Amino acid sequence: MQYANMVSKDFQNKVLADEGLTFSEKILSLKRSDEPGKIALANEIIVAKVDLAMAHDGTAPLAIKVLEELGIKKVWDNNKVILHIDHTYPASSEQIANFHSIMRKFAKAQGCNIQEGNICHQYMLENFVVPGMLIIGADSHTTTQGCLSAFATGVGSTEIAAVWASGRIWLKVPESIKIVFNGKLPKGVYAKDLILFTIGKISCEGANYKTVEFAGNVVEEFSIDSRATLCNMTTEAGAKAGIVEMDSVTKEYLTSLGREAMMEIHAGKEAIYDKILEEEVEQMEPCVALPNSVDNVKAVREVEGIPIDQAFLGSCTNARLEDLIMATKMLKGKKVKEGVRLIITPASKSVYKFALKKGIVSILMEAGASITSPTCGACVGTHCGVLGAGEVCISSSNRNFIGRMGSTESKVYLASPATVVASAIKGTIADPRDYLR
Amino acid sequence: MIGRAWKFSDNVDTDVIIPYKYKARSIDPKELAEHCMEGIAPEFSKKVKKGDFIVAGRNFGCGSSREQAPVAIKACGISAVIAESFARIFYRNAINIGLPVIISKDFPKETNEGDLVEMDLREGVVKNLSNGKIMKINKHPDFLEKMLEAGGLIEYYKKFGKFPWE
Ligand code: SF4
Repeated sequence: MQYANMVSKDFQNKVLADEGLTFSEKILSLKRSDEPGKIALANEIIVAKVDLAMAHDGTAPLAIKVLEELGIKKVWDNNKVILHIDHTYPASSEQIANFHSIMRKFAKAQGCNIQEGNICHQYMLENFVVPGMLIIGADSHTTTQGCLSAFATGVGSTEIAAVWASGRIWLKVPESIKIVFNGKLPKGVYAKDLILFTIGKISCEGANYKTVEFAGNVVEEFSIDSRATLCNMTTEAGAKAGIVEMDSVTKEYLTSLGREAMMEIHAGKEAIYDKILEEEVEQMEPCVALPNSVDNVKAVREVEGIPIDQAFLGSCTNARLEDLIMATKMLKGKKVKEGVRLIITPASKSVYKFALKKGIVSILMEAGASITSPTCGACVGTHCGVLGAGEVCISSSNRNFIGRMGSTESKVYLASPATVVASAIKGTIADPRDYLR
Repeated sequence: MIGRAWKFSDNVDTDVIIPYKYKARSIDPKELAEHCMEGIAPEFSKKVKKGDFIVAGRNFGCGSSREQAPVAIKACGISAVIAESFARIFYRNAINIGLPVIISKDFPKETNEGDLVEMDLREGVVKNLSNGKIMKINKHPDFLEKMLEAGGLIEYYKKFGKFPWE
């Protein structure tokens, strides 16, 4: 695939070297199509050229309907339009099966990409995203893809239809917040704990309309899997985008998949931030978000002992290889507590295949876990782990709103995969540090 | 445009603006309008008059990304929502469906329920006629103003056969 910006090489170099601009200002300066060659500053509204535009079975059917209604016959570039069947895959009802058919027909007619049975954001990371892209997704957690140093943000169905038709979108250039994690990460504390802690601190609107740039030695040492968790959850603080800048970890990941960056962008050293948060991580503890709000965060130690019915290790937040490997380490030779179900939903087929090959799946099943095929499933309460009235679940996903995973009388606690697994073993919310060798 | 102010506090979420049960049932704006704000202001949908304003605190429209929330408000005849801040996706959706959204730190604090408000989008000013306060509205770029005038993204396309940025 060929990706090109609108602007001259000279302008590009000037922008990339500008020490006064944030990551978002740089990338949007280079993508803007309303006034190519003019720097885009925070709070300005611009029109930008999009590199990839995706939707899934929750949002694509309506977008397809909008295009039909407007009489638009062709998408702007079929290589850059990606459809995912992931929210309820395989279909759990006739109605959903019909939505899936609409998507397949559309993709065939347009000649655009369609994939089935991988969570959209994970599939995007594995197959399409490279640093320097502007990605628009009809899903709020599109921010996940910022872990590969792309600017990725979510919109609704009508808007993705407009992007599919025109390849353009209007955007308000966001202000930025910088979050720096420094120090040595204690045992049992993971990216998920850091981001839950942060959202607890800044609140669920603490990054509203802003880009969150992550930095610090802890982030530099993080794998792409962990960085994806950080960027994924910025949505829960209202963010427009989450960014981890490109470095050697990014390069290695891309090389392993045979891809190259479109552009390497670094925020300027004198860039102006709305807020800079510096956290020393040494004292951090495993965290959990209590029902029914993601910013209702406490240390796991404070809520230990709450009985659970289900433990869910899945979703675009935390069901990647790293997470499954960690679960295996904790579950090897152990059993899930009787009366508790541990449901594990790998984020993609490639994660699943790797887990099979490495013997991970058999260890997890030996311990009593049920492994489902990759889907959003339980995370959004459509199938594969829906909660009944009065049930309690500890989940590695990103939302615990009332009724998110099923009954409006169920309760969801959000935590890291380690905390989810520890709780599955104990049968009550448990601190993973007690189970890590 | 002149209308009365309907005051709301912080964090009015999309579930309050239009509960999911109605969203799932209907995409008819009129039917959505009948249930608008039901959860916190049961009288709102019955008493609201064409041209009235919603004046709110912080983070207006937070929660899910449902497009029906601004549609319901617009269908009530509300001429603009003036808030201290908006949730991101609500703000976008509102502009895209042609509902003016205005951010102001002070105006909502100084406005009381029932105050008379006048808005002139062309001049870019909002006045509270009850207390005399005047606020300048940050002008959007031309293409967005045109889109708002046409009644939103889809309406614009239907009218001109292209998107505002084309
Ligand atoms: S896994 Fe959950 S949060 Fe992620 S895209 Fe699917 S439904 Fe959304």
